[in-house]
Amino acid sequence: MTVQQSDLKLDGNAIGGLLREIFTMEMTTAESTCAGCHKVHAVGQVEVYMNAPGVVVRCPACGQVQMRIVKGGGRYWLDLSGIHSLEFST
Amino acid sequence: MARTAVLGRLEWQLGSVAELVQETPRVASLLLDMPEWPGHLAGQHVDVRLTADDGYQAERSYSIASAPEDRRLAITVERLDDGEVSPYLVGEVRKGDKVELRGPIGGYFVWRGGDNRPLLLVAGGSGVVPLMAMIRHRSAIKSTTPTRLLYSSRSEEDIIYRAELEALSTAGDGLTVAHGLTRKQPPGWRGYARRIDRPMLEEVAWPKEQNPIFFVCGPTPLVEAVAGHLVDMGFEAPSIKTERFGPTGG
Repeated sequence: MTVQQSDLKLDGNAIGGLLREIFTMEMTTAESTCAGCHKVHAVGQVEVYMNAPGVVVRCPACGQVQMRIVKGGGRYWLDLSGIHSLEFST
Repeated sequence: MARTAVLGRLEWQLGSVAELVQETPRVASLLLDMPEWPGHLAGQHVDVRLTADDGYQAERSYSIASAPEDRRLAITVERLDDGEVSPYLVGEVRKGDKVELRGPIGGYFVWRGGDNRPLLLVAGGSGVVPLMAMIRHRSAIKSTTPTRLLYSSRSEEDIIYRAELEALSTAGDGLTVAHGLTRKQPPGWRGYARRIDRPMLEEVAWPKEQNPIFFVCGPTPLVEAVAGHLVDMGFEAPSIKTERFGPTGG
């Protein structure tokens, strides 16, 4: 099977479980404002790449890296510097 | 069982395989007894975790195929030969085996019913699974929401849920199903014989005035092509919900 780069792109639905571990909330309906272009997307809509040691989340509008998440050795490592804000239900 | 998504920490649970259904040569459904299942919404998924004897663990996400009203939780899994999890779930697992999973997960790609806007469901391959949960839910709640499923498979033998879709679409409650076969068509095939394209979507889409909603699920290139066509056809982006899957689903 030839794996093309486009096949490796998923969306935020694929990390619903991982985000739920971290935030203990349903996060695919959360609204994320991009730190790069300030557009707002549901987390379910963002681009997700999982073919790396961690997860990379990109803005579907401008491509800005919004989140990087690495889990291992009993720790999470989170870089959220590409997100301006996250809004979700209580 | 059809409560809203349950929040709080997600715990791994043990389910017991009550029934196995071979849907196609490469796809099987697992019907699970889940003693502590909190209920789910149509379109949500679960994470399945396998643990090897040496402690190595692999996790994958699978869409829930059953309606919230069904007695058992069903997942439908496509076997990817180089996958770590699917070759066990399709081919090795037996009735009575325990499977570790957690869920339900997700809230974005969800259809709750009770919404009378017409539905257009577009599936590629095993992307039909979460859409089947919606179709089963629609039938269970006796919804008459006008609903069309456009379902693209490689060949006739790859069509998942074929008999059930045929039965549901002849029930006269407003569900129609259009199949497309991209690689191989049997003699006398009356469905589409090409990949999903814009003319096909124009044939099946509900008129804009009816304010339809869309759920599109399949491999990433199909999802992006379909979503792009729908936006170009003038449908509002927020009415188009998408879910991509890829080889990491193995």
